[in-house]
Amino acid sequence: MNSLWLSHFTAASCLGHGLEATLAALRAQKGGLAPCAFETVNDLATHIGEVAGLDQSPLPASLAEYECRNNRLAMLGLRQDGFSAAVGAAAARHGRRRVGVLLGTSTSGILQTEQAYRRLDPASGALPDDFNYRTTHNTYSVADFVRSAFNLEGPAVVVSTACSSSAKVFAAAARMIAAGLIDAAIVGGVDSLCLTTLYGFNSLELLAPEPCRPYDADRNGISIGEAAAFILLQRPADSLDADAVLLLGAGESSDAHHMSSPHPEGLGAHMAMAATLKAAGLQPADIDYINLHGTATPSNDAAEGRAVATLFGDQVPCSSTKGATGHTLGAAGGLEAIISALALRHGFLPGGVNTRRVDPGIPIQYLTANREGAPRRVLSNSFGFGGTNCSLVLGRAG
Amino acid sequence: MMLTAYLDGIGLIGPGLDSWLAARPILAGAAPYEARPIAVPAPQSLPPAERRRTGLAIKVALAVAQEAVATGKLDARQLAAVFASSGADNDNCDAICKALASEDRHISPTRFHNSVHNAPAGYWGIASGAMTPATVLCALDGSFGAGLLEALTQVAVEGWGTLLVTYDMPYPEPMHAKCPLPAAFGIALALSPKRSAQSLARIEVSLADAAPDVLAEPEIETLRRAIPSGRGLPLLQAVARGAGGRVVLDYLAPLRLAVVIEPCR
Repeated sequence: MNSLWLSHFTAASCLGHGLEATLAALRAQKGGLAPCAFETVNDLATHIGEVAGLDQSPLPASLAEYECRNNRLAMLGLRQDGFSAAVGAAAARHGRRRVGVLLGTSTSGILQTEQAYRRLDPASGALPDDFNYRTTHNTYSVADFVRSAFNLEGPAVVVSTACSSSAKVFAAAARMIAAGLIDAAIVGGVDSLCLTTLYGFNSLELLAPEPCRPYDADRNGISIGEAAAFILLQRPADSLDADAVLLLGAGESSDAHHMSSPHPEGLGAHMAMAATLKAAGLQPADIDYINLHGTATPSNDAAEGRAVATLFGDQVPCSSTKGATGHTLGAAGGLEAIISALALRHGFLPGGVNTRRVDPGIPIQYLTANREGAPRRVLSNSFGFGGTNCSLVLGRAG
Repeated sequence: MMLTAYLDGIGLIGPGLDSWLAARPILAGAAPYEARPIAVPAPQSLPPAERRRTGLAIKVALAVAQEAVATGKLDARQLAAVFASSGADNDNCDAICKALASEDRHISPTRFHNSVHNAPAGYWGIASGAMTPATVLCALDGSFGAGLLEALTQVAVEGWGTLLVTYDMPYPEPMHAKCPLPAAFGIALALSPKRSAQSLARIEVSLADAAPDVLAEPEIETLRRAIPSGRGLPLLQAVARGAGGRVVLDYLAPLRLAVVIEPCR
């Protein structure tokens, strides 16, 4: 595929608001997970990665109909790191119809509906009048919100393939740009804490009681997080700084195996990684660091580790940053693409946190401490429920 | 780049529209439309354990996907898939929200994994064995258009054969009052970069501003207006009539999609 430029990007997660805070936390190997005291959830012994300050950040009046936690988190992200100004400039240069909005989410604003179901009219059973399905709960809400916030009129869509959602948007946006439908795209993802995911993963017995420990021999489940990750993707400028970050390839596959368990041999994961290397025109030896999906469930890490070992052996340093951020589900692909971009731009490999003893049964080079270096190409994995897989390769311009 | 593809197979299910083959003369104006509740077959291609776990949205999606693959005489394992829906398994969503608002917040593992927007795509993978890329989209009322655009870019840019599956199902109350979908409905299109003996038509898709086409039969037009996946019906009507031409489909108003249709036989 033709390379695309991540001309601007920003992230908000439990590591902090914006790139500077995110980078500082990664540099310090400081995680953001804390015991779960979210909303009315007081009966789950687990840790979560909550974004600070959302309860005190209402949407501006002009966008009030979109009011929900997911869109508040989106708004927070859009206000960081000069992102809104960059989108405004792209819309002015290319035209409002030529900037697409392709975002991933798994939760959308479902929390709004969960709360509204507690306020049903006692006589009629009706939902409260102030509940707006279209602008909050509906899966498309966050893309509609971002499109409205920037007054854009181009193609827009939400990709919702569970935990690969905001990786797959890169592939879809690259196709739209290649097809000439758009000149730039806002991609990334927004996923927010809600009861469905907390109690849902609890029902699958996949919530770790302590902060999650990816690739640990004694790993015992995920920690759920939330995040907003936005990237402005466009064709590369004629001259780029050496530390400019490019999308070099995207690869997708399906497990065709099970709704909530990965293919045991990691076959779908292997296919996605091979497809992204092929799209980028690269060999396994060209990859300097892999940001693993690494959810810290026993089966995910075993399957992914097997696929990575098959393709890369133990030659490529790898880590999962979910020990620091939690698993941000529909935002994970976008957030981890940004973490990969920070690694490329600032010349370091982020070590995974919380992992005490790397699983000796997984023969990959797993980093538990940061390593200084000058990675030129980074691969990022995102795999989801229903067996949907996506791998991205990002690289430095010089 | 021209966004073109060959339409090799079609699947359809909706009230009074039992399948593409059954509905073709109705859409062509050669047989009368008779409204009746939708009848959806159980997905026989799924193992019994999985089949028991499927709700209406998954059944609709798999039924139209299977018909499109069958009418196109295609190998599902060779096709990428694009699923597009305004919602998901809406009965399941209601059940989860009810449980989470109750004293006992326990929800079953099956309820949870069926709650993801991509559940039909996951079941399709299990049923078909396809390890090809599968994506799952939502653009609320513009979901059919969003799916068609993604499918066409896959065909035109990647050179893949792609199966587009769009589907919706109604919510029960109390959500129905907030999102009044009248019935379950689904359309699937099997699209290919190359013409084959099965090709029904060549289609070319572009962004447009014109008003969307409407259906000749008023009751079917009601379905088009009320159900997001029904927004694709003017394309099916044109193919059913066999004459070719240009139709405009709803997308994200005021943005619409123009589809030029050239019959292959």
